[in-house]
Parts: sequence; C-alpha cells; structure tokens
Amino acid sequence: MTGYFVQAFIYLIAAVIAVPLAKKFGLGSVLGYLIAGVIIGPVTGLVGKETVTIQHFAEFGVVMMLFLVGLELEPKMLWQMRHRLLGLGGLQVALTTGLITIIAMVFGQPWQTALAIGLIFSLSSTAIVLQTFNEKGLSKTQGGQNAFSVLLMQDIAVIPMLAFIPMLALPEIADAAASLKEASEHHQELSLVSGLPSWAYALAILASIVGVIVTGHYLSRPLFHYVASSHLREIFVATALMLVVGIAALMSLVGLSPALGTFLAGVVLANSEFKHELESNIEPFKGLLLGLFFITVGAGINFSIFADNLVVILGLTLLVMLSKAAILWLLAMIFKINNSDRWLFALSLAQAGEFGFVLLSFTMAQHVIAPDVAAILQLVVALSMFLTPVLFIAFDKIILPRYRDAINQMEFDDIDDCGTVIIAGAGRFGQIVNRLLVANGIKTVMLDHEATQIENMRRIEIKSYFGDATRPDLLHTAGIDDALMFVVAIDNIDNSVALTHHIKKSHPKLTVLSRSFDKGHSYALRQAGADFTINETYHSALELGAEVMRKAGLHPFFVEHKKTLFAQVEQDASDDLYQKWSNSEEEQYGSDYQKLFIRLEQAIKSAMGRDRLDKHSASERGWTPPPKGYDKKL
Amino acid sequence: MSQSKILVLFAHPSLHRSEANAPIFQQACEFDFVTAVDLYAEYPRLNIDIDREQQRLLAHDIVIFQFPIYWYSTPAILKEWQDLVLEYGFAYGQDGNQLKGKTFLCAVTAGGSVEAYRQGGHNNFTVRELFRPLEQTAIMTGMHYLPPLTLFGSRTATDENRLPLHLQHWTTTLDMLHEGQIDIQRADSFITLNDYLTDKTMGIEKYHSKEVGPDNLEQEDNR
Repeated sequence: MTGYFVQAFIYLIAAVIAVPLAKKFGLGSVLGYLIAGVIIGPVTGLVGKETVTIQHFAEFGVVMMLFLVGLELEPKMLWQMRHRLLGLGGLQVALTTGLITIIAMVFGQPWQTALAIGLIFSLSSTAIVLQTFNEKGLSKTQGGQNAFSVLLMQDIAVIPMLAFIPMLALPEIADAAASLKEASEHHQELSLVSGLPSWAYALAILASIVGVIVTGHYLSRPLFHYVASSHLREIFVATALMLVVGIAALMSLVGLSPALGTFLAGVVLANSEFKHELESNIEPFKGLLLGLFFITVGAGINFSIFADNLVVILGLTLLVMLSKAAILWLLAMIFKINNSDRWLFALSLAQAGEFGFVLLSFTMAQHVIAPDVAAILQLVVALSMFLTPVLFIAFDKIILPRYRDAINQMEFDDIDDCGTVIIAGAGRFGQIVNRLLVANGIKTVMLDHEATQIENMRRIEIKSYFGDATRPDLLHTAGIDDALMFVVAIDNIDNSVALTHHIKKSHPKLTVLSRSFDKGHSYALRQAGADFTINETYHSALELGAEVMRKAGLHPFFVEHKKTLFAQVEQDASDDLYQKWSNSEEEQYGSDYQKLFIRLEQAIKSAMGRDRLDKHSASERGWTPPPKGYDKKL
Repeated sequence: MSQSKILVLFAHPSLHRSEANAPIFQQACEFDFVTAVDLYAEYPRLNIDIDREQQRLLAHDIVIFQFPIYWYSTPAILKEWQDLVLEYGFAYGQDGNQLKGKTFLCAVTAGGSVEAYRQGGHNNFTVRELFRPLEQTAIMTGMHYLPPLTLFGSRTATDENRLPLHLQHWTTTLDMLHEGQIDIQRADSFITLNDYLTDKTMGIEKYHSKEVGPDNLEQEDNR
C-alpha cells in the first residue's frame, strides 16, 4: 500500500511541477506531461517497469476523450461540416497516410508495417493545436477553422484505425470479421463471442451497437433525470462514469474498440440536456488519465535509443514534418485557403499527435510494428510535438508580419462570429431573455439546476441544459471561455451574487448582466462586479403605473414622457444611493441612505410638478411653445 | 487661422441595410476634429437629451446633418431633434443667439437620380429647393447655410462604383470646412455642394493650390 502512495505521489508531483511550467513557456500541457515523464523516468529513474502496466490503465483516458469528442459533435453540426470534414480532412488523412507509407517502404519496412506507420503519422495533435489556437486567438481565422475540421476528421478516423490495425498483423488478410475476432481473442481475457460462428459474431456486434444507441437515446434520459432529482452530486458523477465504463466493457466483451463505443454514445448524447453536466463530470477523469498516459510515454522514452539514433530520429522528424506540411499546403491551395491562413494551416498541423502514441502502443501490442522500430518512432512523434511551439513562434514572428496588411483589411466581423451568451437560470426571467436572443439569431446556452424545468423547456423545443451554474467546471464546459456575455437570472439571491463575483474574478473581461430582486440585491450585484443590473419588477411596475395614468384620462404621449422622466431621475440618483450604501459598512440602510432616498422622492416630485408653474420645466421642456407675442420681437 | 470643430449628427433608422450612409459616417469618425454622433444609437427611444445636445452645439463651429432623404426631408429623429433642441431663448427669439455665426450643412443621399431632382423630373424640385425649411431654419438661427452635399442614385452607388468619388468629396468637404476654406457666398449659388467642389474656378483644385481666406466673406443674416 505504501508503495502505491509513494508512486502516485511521484507521478502527481511531477505533473504538478512540469505542466504549469510548460504552459507558461507556451509549450502546452501535453508536452508538460511528457517532460514530467522524462524527468521521473529515464532522467532520475524514480519510476521503472510498472509504467507499462499503468499505461494500459491510462489508455482509458483516450476512451473518455473520445466520449467527450462525441459529445461535442451534434449530428447536425457534423452534417453542416461534411464537405470540409470529408474533403479537406479525409484527403489530408488519405494523402499523408499514402506518402508516409511510401517513405516507410522505401526505408525497407513491409507494407503492413509501413501502412500502420502512415496511419500513425497522418494524425496531428488535437490537444496541442486547439490549445494553442485558443491561447493565441487564432480559432476564428480561416486557417484555424479549417485546421479544426481536419483535427476533427482525424479524431473520428482514429476509430476505424483502431479497428483496422489488428488486421495488418496477420500475414493473410482474410475477411474482416474473422480477423477482427482473432485479434480480439488475442488481447482480451474475457470475451462473450469467442466461440461463436462469424454470422452470430456479426449479429452480436450489431446488437451491441444498436444497444448503445437505443440506451443512449431512450434510457439515459429517465436515468439521469432520476439521478438528478436526488440532488446528490457524487451519484451523478458515478452515473456518468458507470455509463462510460459500462459501454467500454460491453464493447470489449464483443471484441470491438471501447473507444468506438463511447464515441458513439457521446454522439447519441450530444443533444441531451445533460450534455454539459456529463462533460464537466467526465472531463477531470479524462484529463488526469490522459495526463498519466503522456507521463508514462515520457517515462518510457529510452535515452540510449535517442543517443544511438540521433541522426536518424532528427532526420525522420524533419522528413515527417516536411511531408505533412507539403500535403497540407497543397490541400490549402486546392481548398483556396490563402495568405497567412495557408501558412497557419500547414504549419500548425505538421506535427504527429497524442493519438500517435496510442496507436503506437496499440500496434506494438498487435505485433504490427516491431518494438525497436516503435521505440524510434515514438521519439519521432514526441520530437515533432516538441517542435510545434517553435513553428507557432515562427508563424507569429515571420509569417504574420508579411501578411499584416491583408489581414487588417479583412477584420470586419460577421454576426456569425460572435460567441454564445450563457444564461444561468431558465425560470420566468431567463426564458424571456433567451427567447428574445434566440429569435434574433444570437446563440445561447441556457442552464438550470432543476431537471424538471429543463424538461419543460425541452418539451416546447427550447434548447437548455441541466447543470448547476454556480459550479466553475460546468461553466467551463458550457463554454464560458468563449462566451460573449453572461446573464445571471438564477432565483437564489446569495448564489446570484456569488456567481457574479466568481465570473468577474475568473473572467474579468466577460460582460455580466444580472437580474436583481430589489435595490439591495442590485447594489450587492453591482459590488460583486456586475456590468448591468436590472430590477425584475421595476419596468413592469412603471408600465402599470403609466396605464393607471392613461386610464385616469391623461394623454398617452404625456404619460410616456412622465414615465421616461421618472426613470431618468431615478437613474441619476441611483449612483448616489449606491455610493452611500456601499460606504456605510455596518448599517447599509442607515439614516444617510434614508435621507438620500427621501431626497430622491422629492427630486422626482419636483421634476414632475414643475410644468404646472408654466415655466421652462424639465418635464415639459420639449415642444414648449414660444411665449405669446414672440414674433413681434424677432 | 482658426480651425473649426465639426459636429456630424447622423440619422439612419436601419443602419444594417445602409450601403452608402454607413461608410460615409464611418469616414467622418476617422477625423479627430469631427464629433460624429449616431442619433438613433444614442436615443433609440427618441428621448433626446436637450441639455447634452445644446452643449454639443456650443462646442462646435460647424453643424452637419447626415441622413438619407425620407419623403423630401430628414428621418424622424432629426425633426424631433430640431423640435426639441432648437429652443426659444437658445436658438432663436429673445437672447436666442447661441448658434449665430456657425455653419450648417446637410450631407444627404438621395434615391433618385440628379435628373429626377429638377423641374419636370419625378421629384419636380431640386434638393436645394426641397430643403428650404432647413435653409430657413439656418437663417432663423443665424447660421451660414451651405447647399446640400448630395449623393444621387444612392441605391446603385456601390454597384456602379460611384461611392469612392463621393467619399472623396466628403473628406474634402470636412477638410475644407475645418480649415475654413469654403467660400460660403460663392457656394450659395450652387444647387449642391458637389457642384461647388467640382466647379473649375473654385473647389478641389483650388483647395490644394491656394488658400481662400474666409474672413472677408462673413455674411450677416438680417431679418
């Protein structure tokens, strides 16, 4: 037991030290984990052979990652992107695989191994690239968006690759089903299908896939709903884990890739109201396991191999990156990605990716690539990833200045480009805000912590998600980092103030608009940093008052004018009142505040009354006729 | 020579559909001696702040209304602005001389062609004639009136690539007003300010070669 604690501590402390440092130097978290692994593995020798066992366990992080990738992929969005995905992404994967395969064959690898290497190097690093795009604000550029399509296609392509690679292990490739089956026998301890004839095997596979889809579509909702109504956070986490682990288990039992199963489940659940809650619950597990995975990769790096093959590894890395960049450049030309965007597209995706590690350990286990070759290739993958930040720096310092003028001319933003508005609280207030925004084509994400409320909204086809908006991790998955604005419309006074405070602290640039219940609440929100507050009853009360005045026989236009004036005087005084309120620490509604409030009432009264004295009054100032007989003096 | 400050009061109720006025306004925003105000943005409910608008008038020497012509006149908010801001005792009447000596210009876009805006054309009158109420308002408040800077056929100006020339006229106008180099008396004989600018003897060519002193051209409005 003590041994486990010590080991866990070594892994954790390495990550805790290395990852933030790597991020600080612009290397990204994946490289941070790799460096941490290198330090505790080959450099200091703190960890040893157990890394291989841990790596198999950590591979589950990849399964979770694909579940999350699936969750982000609404079928509708996939359909809209189909040309870019299949055209650009598909061609990138196919051409790069082809070119690298040929290169590998030139180096004397058998074609099966060469093809596996081609597949491995056709992938780029989603983790590094997307993170760097976000950090450098390149996500919305043409190059960035096209790179995203390619990365997405690559992430999807991993799934068939995982299914396909075992077939390369066999010298004679018979029918797919049989080899798949044998491959599964090869590395699974437990299998439901080992003794079945191939038709029954195919049926079992079909049944489990249909099972995942049907379960995800019809059974998950009542299940999550039931769990959510218990209001126990950890049970929801347990349910989310149970879902992912369960699907992975089922897929393994029938000899399919667990990653494929969870990816499917993710896509099925992408439209669910529990999407963001699921994401925020799985995300930390995925992050930690993936991190652990990269640490074990780093720890497994053999420096003697690196030293012995220094020239080969450096040469191969450059060759791979040049080949990838050349194909990306060619595709960018065909797909009319121009100027600096073409450079960005070609340079950003020129590295190999984290899936390269996954596929490498997988191909080794499947005896597709010999261990000594794999060890060298692993170093090539890692080195190409290490070089990526250098390429981004080159893009910033060399490429971009050359195209600066062209970029400046294109800076008119489309409405499409504006981010989403997050609305916390789907009650009577949040709903109206949401309806107005959605009707005007502004994207919104509405969150509420009452599952029944969300169900009611969904029934009338208003998109909203289950989740407690006061939790930072949920806000993260709901997209607060790219959000345009944040509307606080939750009905708990203390929570709304705390939420406003938290958002302004973690995202100071984000505009926060909060609903208040009364004056005191609006002051508290203002103190918490809200950019705009509005009293939920103020304007309706004014409208009702105005209606009374109209019913009493006053002219509607006159009434409108008085109402505006009332609101104006109140607005002008509210700053004073707030200052008094926030300065008096003990007694916030003390005598000073009361005096000020009475003065405000008098100001309103005098503003309203002035025109009765038939002077140039504030309220009746507009459209006052000149004095009688004025034209004689002109 | 004193350099004049310019106030551009812009009124366009559906800016998102604008092809001509939006770039014209945008260009005005570029000058540091121009205060460009989008009236519909500032007063979406037409609740014009009289004090603020009068302060603005006092702080500038040249007042420009920029708008697309709506029924031979300004969009509603500019009429509202006149009704509210040009108060008795401020702009006219007893002690109402705060605008005296300033210069007033309309920078407009017209849907119809220049042929339409003349006797016998669709619109029967020139823009100069149609804007008589504004001209008289300027006279009444003691301001020098300039004929309107007009982009005719504005609906097709972008398609026919006529906008760049108009934008050039617009910046020249702003520059010349700022430098006090528009001959107000001479300009008065033209139907549009564009005619004055492109006139061989006065205007663009002359602007860059020779400086025209405005001091001796001061005109007094006697009513």
